[in-house]
Amino acid sequence: MIKAIKSFRGGIKPGHHKVTAELETVKMPLPSKVVIPMLQHIGAPCMPLVKKGDRVLVGQKIGDSEQMIAAPVHSSVSGTVTDVRPVLYSTGVEVMAVEIKPDGLQEVHESVAPPVYTDKEGLLRSIRESGLVGLGGAGFPTCVKLSPPPGKVLDVLVINGAECEPYITSDYREMMENPEGIVEGTKRVMEITGVAKAFIAIEENKPLAIESISSLIKDGDNIEVVSLATRYPQGGEKQLIYTVTGRRVPVGKLPADVGVLAQNVATVAFIANYLKTGMPLIKKKVTIDGGAAANPMNVEVLIGTPLKEVFEFCGGFCEEPRKIIMGGPMMGVAQYSLDNSVLKQTNALLAFNENQAVETKESVCIRCGKCVAACPMSLMPLYINANVMRGNFEETMKYHVNDCMECGCCSYVCPASRHLVQSMRQAKAELRKLAARKQGGKN
Amino acid sequence: MEINLLAGSSPHLKSGESTQKIMRDVIIALLPAAISSVYFFKVKAAMLIIVTVIACVTAEYAWCRITKKENTISDMSAAVTGILLAFNLSPSVPIWVAAIGGVFAIIIVKQLFGGLGHNFVNPALAARAFMMASWPVQMTAWQKPGWDAVSSATPLGIIKNGGGISGQMPEFWDMFLGNIGGTIGETSALAILAGAAYLVIRKVITLELPIAFIGTVGFMTWMLGGEAMFTGDFVYHIFAGGLMLGAFFMATDYTTSPVTFKGRIIMGIGCGLLTSVIRLYGGYPEGVSYSILLMNLVVPMIDRFLIPRSFGGGAVKNA
Repeated sequence: MIKAIKSFRGGIKPGHHKVTAELETVKMPLPSKVVIPMLQHIGAPCMPLVKKGDRVLVGQKIGDSEQMIAAPVHSSVSGTVTDVRPVLYSTGVEVMAVEIKPDGLQEVHESVAPPVYTDKEGLLRSIRESGLVGLGGAGFPTCVKLSPPPGKVLDVLVINGAECEPYITSDYREMMENPEGIVEGTKRVMEITGVAKAFIAIEENKPLAIESISSLIKDGDNIEVVSLATRYPQGGEKQLIYTVTGRRVPVGKLPADVGVLAQNVATVAFIANYLKTGMPLIKKKVTIDGGAAANPMNVEVLIGTPLKEVFEFCGGFCEEPRKIIMGGPMMGVAQYSLDNSVLKQTNALLAFNENQAVETKESVCIRCGKCVAACPMSLMPLYINANVMRGNFEETMKYHVNDCMECGCCSYVCPASRHLVQSMRQAKAELRKLAARKQGGKN
Repeated sequence: MEINLLAGSSPHLKSGESTQKIMRDVIIALLPAAISSVYFFKVKAAMLIIVTVIACVTAEYAWCRITKKENTISDMSAAVTGILLAFNLSPSVPIWVAAIGGVFAIIIVKQLFGGLGHNFVNPALAARAFMMASWPVQMTAWQKPGWDAVSSATPLGIIKNGGGISGQMPEFWDMFLGNIGGTIGETSALAILAGAAYLVIRKVITLELPIAFIGTVGFMTWMLGGEAMFTGDFVYHIFAGGLMLGAFFMATDYTTSPVTFKGRIIMGIGCGLLTSVIRLYGGYPEGVSYSILLMNLVVPMIDRFLIPRSFGGGAVKNA
């Protein structure tokens, strides 16, 4: 075990709230239905490959896209397609979704078999077929990340086990329950990409995970476990790469531009399992927590399971939930309905009670500069906010608003409870519109 | 099961920090200096503090009522301005002058420019400057600590008038504890440092600005304050006068100081240079408050010229 060589700028130290850490993952039984959206990744949405009335089996591909940046979608149950209809995502986009009523047999589709490949391209193709996306939360198609653009040479692999968001412990459970899978997956990814050196980076508040993974690494594996300072957003890709390798990913560039590939622990563990069994991505470890959740725990859930049924399985609510968050409290998305489904990149479901959910009233900015000190990207959130409030969207470019990764540190520390992240998002959206208009004017 | 769910932009977690809590911390940090001012200047100091706080809070309340704005006295920033203004007054300042100063600070300097967070100069210091111009005699009638109004010069005043004559200058320990002439809140370096330590521990202020300010004054007065180069008595310059109060409590005022580390260093050095020049070459014995006011004016420029490079910005040329 080694220590991180650098320390990233800014950041915050919110309470951990990781009460579910030592609770073993419980497998949730079949839900009454699954609703599987065709867009569970960053990129182009898939087209449904099935229609109402079709019988589908576990692991059967039910959606795919011809676009490069996309990941196919599979059925998590065997049963009958009861509907193919658009659903509204909590991010505001409408996507097609396939609703399936399970028959309880969980019959596995014939396509599910250990992938056979003869070369690297074949291997990458089969990883694409697995439907794998980055399981850390962003959901970028993994096969795209594993094939860097021509001319870019990868030499370091960083496996992200930081899990820096409060509440979430699903990655920690993966590290405790499946350390072999993580180490094996790391080796597989090293083989696929030809990277000679890998680091498995874990925050130092998870000593048992550091131990369980370290004990499996042998000399000559060229894998090193790195203990990271416990600070949010330690698991942010650019922050993680900097602390572990000392390399700064330039703004507007990808980790591949500095020779680094970063993957989440759950993502590599999935790759190890997939290469052995051929079972595509149909289930997820999810942390259930929050003040309104009766029994905080970790559950293994089939993708597409309605949130309502997940909470019901976990003992329901001990008080009225006022906010349901998919993901962590810092970057997760508030859900408008409990009918929404568990997605590929869902790692936590938080039910916040009245106290946790209600926002303090915004007051005037006192220019304390705490947002500037907390920003891991070295931005000046207060000035971006002030310009957005005045409608000066173009001015926000001077303050590099597009470099904001929306980690939420600024809003967290703001004593005036200003909606800083929200104004960054608004500025970015307005700038996109402006750019599109300019583009349109030229053509 | 129909539940009424709140949606909203992330993050969904807050530190629980608030403007009110910060201002409360500032008031707590000002208490040691308040106690020492009453200890040394007795009932005169207590009266000045009470009157300026009442004047500031009442003015803020009246402004909010008249302009039909939300009442903001509960954020306690007006009370902080009141205490700081009193700290900048000589014990001999008449009560009615202090009251007018408080109203000026809140109405003219703070509210007319948009209220909390928008005033471009420090309200307490601007009010003090206004009072110096309007009632110069009362504002500079210094007294010895104690019950009786025995007039006395400040240590810096003694130096200005060719002082340093042995027997006139107070002992270092009197200066450190506050047993000297001066404004009621500035005399005790010990009390101010205790309050400043509290602010640093509570993470209300950071130290780069005060250190740059005091360090610059120390260096400049050491270099240029003596008969020959590098013979100046910098210890006197650091502990005499309003430097401690100004550096830790006035220059660090959020609204009128830069928001970046580098910016705060620049502001501290600028304040230090101006203070030294005024003290050594200007007409006044003391220059802390004017130097802070002058630097307040360039804070927007400092922030605009020091927009930091984003993390990963400029490190590699964009292809």
